[in-house]
Amino acid sequence: MSGTEAVEQAYRLLQSEAKQKVEAGREKPVILLGTATCGRAAGALAVLAAFQEEIDKHHLDVVLTETGCMGHCYAEPLAVILKPGYPPLVYGSLDEGKARRLVNDYLVSDDPCYEFAMAALEPNDVFPTFADYPRGIYEHKIILADCGLIDPGEIGHYLARDGYSGLAKVLTTEPDLVIAEIKESKLRGRGGAGFPTGVKWETCKNVPGIPKYAICNADEGDPGAFMDRALLESNPHQVLEGLTIAAYAVGAEQAYIYVRAEYPLAIKRLRTALEQSQGWGLLGRDILGSGFNLEIKLFQGSGAFVCGEETALIASIHGRAGLPNHRPPFPATSGLHGRPTLINNVKTLSYVPHIIRNGASWFRSIGTPNSPGTAVFALAGKVVSTGLAEVPMGTTLRNLVYDVGNGIKNERKFKAVQIGGPSGGCLPESSLDLPIDFDSLQQAGAMMGSGGMVVLDEDDCMVEIARFFVDFTQKESCGKCTFCRLGTKQMLDILAEITRGQGKDEDIDLLQELAEDIKLGSLCGLGKTAPNPVLTTIRYFRPEYEAHIREGRCPALMCKDLISYRIIPEMCSKLCNVCIGSCPVEAIYTRPDMLKGIDPDKCVKCNSCVSACPPQYKAVVKLSPPVVEEVVAEAVEEGMSEVEQGSGADH
Amino acid sequence: MSREVALTIDDRQVKAAEGERLLWAALDNGIYIPHLCDLREAERTVASCRLCFVEVEGLRGPVTSCTLAVSEGMVVKTRSPGVDRLVRTGFELLLSNHRLHCAKCAKNKHCELQKIARERGLKLKLTRLRSLLQDVPIDESPRHFNYDAGKCVLCGRCIWADQEQVRVGAIGFIRRGIARKMATFEDGCLADSICTQCEACVKVCPVGALYLKADELRLYEPKKKC
Ligand SMILES: Cc1cc2nc3c(=O)[nH]c(=O)nc-3n(C[C@H](O)[C@H](O)[C@H](O)COP(=O)(O)O)c2cc1C
Ligand code: SF4
Ligand code: SF4
Repeated sequence: MSGTEAVEQAYRLLQSEAKQKVEAGREKPVILLGTATCGRAAGALAVLAAFQEEIDKHHLDVVLTETGCMGHCYAEPLAVILKPGYPPLVYGSLDEGKARRLVNDYLVSDDPCYEFAMAALEPNDVFPTFADYPRGIYEHKIILADCGLIDPGEIGHYLARDGYSGLAKVLTTEPDLVIAEIKESKLRGRGGAGFPTGVKWETCKNVPGIPKYAICNADEGDPGAFMDRALLESNPHQVLEGLTIAAYAVGAEQAYIYVRAEYPLAIKRLRTALEQSQGWGLLGRDILGSGFNLEIKLFQGSGAFVCGEETALIASIHGRAGLPNHRPPFPATSGLHGRPTLINNVKTLSYVPHIIRNGASWFRSIGTPNSPGTAVFALAGKVVSTGLAEVPMGTTLRNLVYDVGNGIKNERKFKAVQIGGPSGGCLPESSLDLPIDFDSLQQAGAMMGSGGMVVLDEDDCMVEIARFFVDFTQKESCGKCTFCRLGTKQMLDILAEITRGQGKDEDIDLLQELAEDIKLGSLCGLGKTAPNPVLTTIRYFRPEYEAHIREGRCPALMCKDLISYRIIPEMCSKLCNVCIGSCPVEAIYTRPDMLKGIDPDKCVKCNSCVSACPPQYKAVVKLSPPVVEEVVAEAVEEGMSEVEQGSGADH
Repeated sequence: MSREVALTIDDRQVKAAEGERLLWAALDNGIYIPHLCDLREAERTVASCRLCFVEVEGLRGPVTSCTLAVSEGMVVKTRSPGVDRLVRTGFELLLSNHRLHCAKCAKNKHCELQKIARERGLKLKLTRLRSLLQDVPIDESPRHFNYDAGKCVLCGRCIWADQEQVRVGAIGFIRRGIARKMATFEDGCLADSICTQCEACVKVCPVGALYLKADELRLYEPKKKC
């Protein structure tokens, strides 16, 4: 038997063993409950306990499995129930009561509780599938496909779905051919910059000498991003398979997964996955009898944002402070311990097994010519359906916001999307029809970055948004180089002055100049991208800056120093008093004429009264620039006793 | 002996040892490029001061000359509108966090910042930027020298001297971002640390952050007549 046949046979044996185990489980009803971090935050563990209790009470033979995240974070906790004879159904927004009812009504009796169901996973005659919703039309899942549907703690589930078949195929192929396939696929790095993965692998492989290292970058420091976490928690073997293939291709026998210590569940599930793949002969010495050895170690990062930058990450594994170094040399030629080191992001590596299994041309058939494949976005902000979405590259922002994300919350007006995290940019309404990929975003002044996507509406002030993101990068700057250390602080101070109404006309040009220089002058990617939110907000929303500076006016009514609150007499009911109770600092008083007034000196601008005023009156308004009416000021004196009386009577 | 290469800097033909950093090749040939953090003796440049920008034919935009090795036929320009703009901003950023009282400073006339200002026609005051300077105390604990963190430009030369040259390990950079500073391990006084007061750091400090007490006293001496 040739080496090739031996590896193939070894894999087939493993797979049939795994399939048998999984099939055996299929004869009973199965509950797959998402217990990734997002599910847990929504109460998935209590739902898990309720399911278990109810199952025990009825002595049911049901498999209750913890899975990962399906991306519908707005509807967590979320479960899939597979009952023989019924379509597989997804239930969202579960609580303990619903869990008990599902067991009683569906598993004990035969009522599938359609009222709780979101969608079916397979086409059927009774209930729509995700593909029947607009979101389903635009979504195209590759790396998220199995997330939430397989047990991340059970390697058999992954194997049964052809997991590790890419590795088996690769181990009988020359590394050069593997690299050729990845190059051919035009896969680009999902860690932010979109560097061609195959080219990086080739560089690393062609540097002579051993040892070499492979590193999976799972630092994910961007505050709005959690897709790497979801992938590690939901389908860790997919990443392990990708990393093993990458290590084989470049000739590394030692690999690391650099994962932030703040991801305890991801670390736990990775540990289990590593043990299992080792136990099944898919990791360690002589993988599948091919002669290829690989050891994968977990390294827990300190959690600083800049540690995700590859040279800082390497310094951190070396035990030094996580500070970036100048490139070149690039890690691919001189990285860990000065040796050639391949660094790829979790998502990048997760695509690799699929490309090997289905071929480069399949991958290239999805997405755009220069950015093939899909993009994973974390939708957040003022959009109805928050969560993870995987769409083909080239999908327009409009489709993402309105079809996948189901539009803007509370019928407010769309204003912008901040895309790419703190180093990305804000794109306005006129960019809604932009097909998004690495290059189009770059051109628009934003970037793919981590795939964070915050939707902003008319209540968001663009100057404040820029200030918010620069505040983040300024705090996360390592402080090593001049432009980033001092330049981000200068930008932050200027932005803060503008939001306080202390800006000067020349500040906008100064900001722009500084931003451009920081982009060119900084040492690492953090400083080079930190100005993006400033540059894009000036480019697309300059009038908003000017309103702050010239008129002391915040058009979005967000900047506290530039607004005041007022109760419109004609709209106030005079009798309801709700606003008085809502104010935490007793700034609202009843005037002698029974109308309400706001004492501007006491008001802390918390917005409680606006939310409290009943919708039939909507009498509290925000004004910018702030208006302090003298009449009101006089009334404060007169009204004082009323306030005291009113609150005294309550006690 | 390493091979020599020929290159052109500002239309002048110069020679340098192959593999040498462009910054030093230029300086050796009497062509000035602003720089603070790089030391010729250091094995690897830290590239943190971001002042030694030049234009190199075939490379896009200004690049730092401390991170480039010279190569045969390289064509370099030390000045261009792009370079000048970056140096001006980088320089003013450093000044925005620097106690600016040159006339009273121990390093007056020996300061690298003054040299950069002179060479590049830059002002030694803030023209566009806000002052970010915090009121930091001066460490006067060493017998013969002082440390004024309010003048430190974070070039790291002193740390290199301490760790690589005399191998004491008394000082390093602490904290992150705008709070980053050169200090002893516990951010205490130098005299309370393992510092041997060998003054190796003082010799390399390009500005008035580490300076001899003797130099400071000189200020109060009457001006020499001739
Ligand atoms: C400030 C900063 C933070 C970064 N954080 C991450 C991160 O959290 N995860 C990541 O994969 N890449 C991060 N990167 C990008 C890495 O430096 C590197 O380019 C990437 O891991 C390469 O993988 P890829 O080719 O698969 O994209 C960061 C870069 C910068 C400048
Ligand atoms: S750009 Fe910022 S984070 Fe990067 S090295 Fe410079 S100071 Fe550090
Ligand atoms: S004290 Fe002087 S030598 Fe040390 S980092 Fe500061 S400026 Fe550089």
